[in-house]
Amino acid sequence: MIKDFVDIYEKRHEYAKAWKEKNPDKKVMGYMCSYFPEEIFYAGGILPVRILGSHQPQNVTEPYIFGMYCPFSRDVLAQGLLGRYDYIDAVGTAYPCMHLGQAFDSWTMHVTQKSFYIDMPNRVQSPLSLPFLTGRLEETKREVEEWIGREITHANLQDAIDIYNENRSLLRQIYMTRKADDVPLTGTECMYITAANLFMDKKDANALLKDTIANELTGRKVKSSDDTRLMIVGSENDDIGFMNMVEEFKAVIVMDDHCTGSRYFWNPVEPQENLIQAIAQRQIDRPICPQRDYPERRRLPYLLHLAQEWRVKGVIILQQKFCDPHELDKVAIVNWFKEHGIDTLYLELDITVPLGPFKIRVEALLETLREDDIW
Amino acid sequence: MEKKYKTAPFRCWDKAKTIRMNIYREIAEAKDKGRVLLGGGAESLIALPTGFDHNILVGEPYGASISYLYRENPDLYFQIVEAAEHAGYPRDLCAYMRNYLGSLILDKYIFGGHFPKLDFCLQSGFCDTHSKWYQIVSEIEKIPYFSLDLVPFDWEIAGESEKTKQLKRDYIVNQIHEAIVWMEKTTGRTFDDEKFIQGVINESESTSTWAKVCMLNRAIPAPLDEKTILSFYILAVLGRPRQDVVDFYRELLAETEERVENQIAANPYERARVITDSQPPWFALDFFRLLESYGVVSVGAHYSFGLSGGWEYDPEEKTWNAAKTPKERGVELKTRDDAARWLANWWLSTGTVCRGVRHSGAGKIQRVKDMVDKWHVDGVILHLNRGCEGTSLGQMDIVSSLLKDGIPTMTFEGNHADPREYDEKRTFARIESFMETMGLKQIYEFKK
Repeated sequence: MIKDFVDIYEKRHEYAKAWKEKNPDKKVMGYMCSYFPEEIFYAGGILPVRILGSHQPQNVTEPYIFGMYCPFSRDVLAQGLLGRYDYIDAVGTAYPCMHLGQAFDSWTMHVTQKSFYIDMPNRVQSPLSLPFLTGRLEETKREVEEWIGREITHANLQDAIDIYNENRSLLRQIYMTRKADDVPLTGTECMYITAANLFMDKKDANALLKDTIANELTGRKVKSSDDTRLMIVGSENDDIGFMNMVEEFKAVIVMDDHCTGSRYFWNPVEPQENLIQAIAQRQIDRPICPQRDYPERRRLPYLLHLAQEWRVKGVIILQQKFCDPHELDKVAIVNWFKEHGIDTLYLELDITVPLGPFKIRVEALLETLREDDIW
Repeated sequence: MEKKYKTAPFRCWDKAKTIRMNIYREIAEAKDKGRVLLGGGAESLIALPTGFDHNILVGEPYGASISYLYRENPDLYFQIVEAAEHAGYPRDLCAYMRNYLGSLILDKYIFGGHFPKLDFCLQSGFCDTHSKWYQIVSEIEKIPYFSLDLVPFDWEIAGESEKTKQLKRDYIVNQIHEAIVWMEKTTGRTFDDEKFIQGVINESESTSTWAKVCMLNRAIPAPLDEKTILSFYILAVLGRPRQDVVDFYRELLAETEERVENQIAANPYERARVITDSQPPWFALDFFRLLESYGVVSVGAHYSFGLSGGWEYDPEEKTWNAAKTPKERGVELKTRDDAARWLANWWLSTGTVCRGVRHSGAGKIQRVKDMVDKWHVDGVILHLNRGCEGTSLGQMDIVSSLLKDGIPTMTFEGNHADPREYDEKRTFARIESFMETMGLKQIYEFKK
C-alpha cells in the first residue's frame, strides 16, 4: 500500500538495517547515480540502496566540498559524514557528473573506504560506447566477485535481471495509470513509491507494488479532469514538500523526467545471451541524462513525447542550483516547449525548498495555464 | 633588503608573443586561405585534425582573453558576457564558455572583425561543460559536431586494472578512427596520415619539453615565476602539435637551463616559494606581483604544469617526471593506427589535469604534495574558482590534507574569467595575512 512506501521512504535506514539483520551473511552498498548497474551487485546477494540527501540544513560538508558545488552533492555527502549510512559495506557510483563525483571521492576518503567506481561513458549515442561499457561492467563483476568471495553465475545474473525488470514493469504500470483523466494517485504519492523503491530489496518492492496496484489503485480517483496536469523535469528530486505544495492547488503532477523518477526504471534489460552486455545496453538506451545528450538532442523529442502522451498543460523545470548539465540544457528545453505551445516554469532547488516564493510562482503558472484554456 | 639574485628578461619572450598572435591571426584568415577551421577545447585531442591543413579556435584561452577585456575595454566585455546571460545561460556556468558564447552571439571576434565562421566542432567530454558547450556552438552556427568521449585513467594510487586501462585506450583509438572518417566526410577533404603522425609526434614533443621546463623550476632561485609560466604554457594549449611551438619549447628549455646554471632568478628577492591551484583570475594577475613584493615566487601550479605538460608516473619513486616522447622511447609511428594509439595513450597516461577533473581525492592530493616536495614549496594558494568546477574538484580535501601535514595553505574565492566574481582588495588582504602567517615582511611597496 502507498502508506508502506511512505514509511519505507521516511525510515529508509531502518529498512536497510532490518534487511541486514535478516540477511546477516549479505552486504549492503550505497550508490550515488542511477546509471549504477544494480543488477550485478544484487546478483552477488548485495542490497544496493540509493544515497539521497535529507533536505535538512547541515554544516558538515564545508571542509570537503567547495560551496559552488550543487546542494544535492553536498546533502549526499552530509549523510555519510553524519553517519546515517553507517550500515553500508561499500559505496559505489557510475560516473555521474563532477559534483556528485566530488561527493563520491570525499565519501571514499572520509566515510566508507570500500568503493566501486564505474566509468560510465558519456557518448552513449555512439555504438562504440557499448563494447567499452560491457568491458567495464565485466571488470566490475570481477571486482564484486573478489569482494564477496564467490562467482556470480549466469543464473544469479539472470535472476537479478528478472527481478529488476519486474520492478521496472510494475513501476511503469503505475505511471501508465496517470494518463487517465481522473488519476488514481497524486504526483506526491507516486514520488513516495518511486523513491522508496530506490532503497528497497526489489523482491519486497515487487510484492508491495503488486498489492498496491491490485488493491489500492484500481478504481481509485484522487484528482479530477479539472485539475491542471503538470510534468516535472530535472535531476534528482525527492522534494516531497514541493510536490505537496503544488498539488494543494487544483493541479496534479502526472509525469516526471527525473533520475530518481521515471529515468530510473523506464526501460528494461532486453534479453540477450551476454547478460553483462544486456545490462550495458540498457544503460545506453535508457532515457537520457543531459550529461550524455549530445551531439544530437535526443532528450527534447523524448520530453515532448512524455508531455503529449500524459497530456500535460505545463512543465516545471526543477534545477539543482549550480547543476551544470541541467543548466546547459535549460535554454534548449525552455525554447523547445515554447515552440510546441507548452508553458514552462524554471525553479532552482536548494537543500531546503523556499516554499513561500515557489508557491507564488507555481500559482502564477497555473493561472497562466487556465487563461490559456479560456482564450 | 638587497637583491639576492641576478635577473633578466627571457630572450624568447617576444617569440612567444609572436607565435600566439600568429595563431589568432591565422584563425581569422583561415577561410580566406582555404584552410579548415574548427572549434574545440584545449583538452580535446587537438593533434587529431592535423591531417588537414587547418586552424583551431581553442575555446578556453579565447574565453580567458575576453575576460582580459574587462581591463582594456570594459564596455565590450560587459556586452559580451551579458549577451550570453541574456540568451539564458546561467551565471554560474563555466565562465570561459559564457564569454565564448557571448562573443559568438554578438558576432564579435575580439582580435578584430566578425566571429570566425567555423566548419565544424570537435570536442571531448572530459568535463561536464565542454561537450555541451560545443553542442550549443554547433546549434547556433548550424555546423556539424563530433564529440569524443575521453574517459581518463584514474590516478595511479587508485590501482586501476590493466584491463580497464586497455578498454580506455581502445575506446579512444576507435573514436579517433571514427572521427577521421567523419571529418573527411564533413569537409570533403582527404586526411593526410603523414601530417597526422607528425602532429602526434609534435604534441608529445611540446608537452614533454614543457614538463622538462617545469622541472627546471625546482632550482633555487626559480628561473620562472608563474606569470611567466602562464605566458609560455599557453602555446601548448593553443597549438601543441605545431612545429613552431615545438621549436619554441626547445629554445625555452635551453634558455631555462642556462638561467639555472647562471642562477638567473625570476624574482631577485626570492626567499619563499608557493604554488597555486586552478586557473588564476586572468584579468587580475597582479596578486603575483604582490607576492613578489614579499620575496615570494610562485613556482607553478598543478594546472599550468599539467594542462600543457606530459607527465609520467614513476611508481618506484612515487613521483612524476617528464614523459618520454616517441623518439626517446625509440618508437617509430608509421601508420594512422600507430599514431592513434600513441595519442590515446599519451592523453590518458600523461595528462594530469584531465584526470583531476574526473578523479580528485587521494590522487590529486598526492600530486600536489609531490609538487610541494620536489619544487621546495613553502606554501600553497588555492583559487576556489567559481568559474571552473572541474579544476576546483578536490580542492577542499587538498587544503585539509596540506594543513594536516603542516604546510601553510590559503584559499581565495574568485572566478578565472568573470571579474564580477573576484574581489581583488579582499584577495590582497588575505594574501597579506597569509604572508604574515608565513613570517614574511614586505620588501618593497607594491603599487598597481
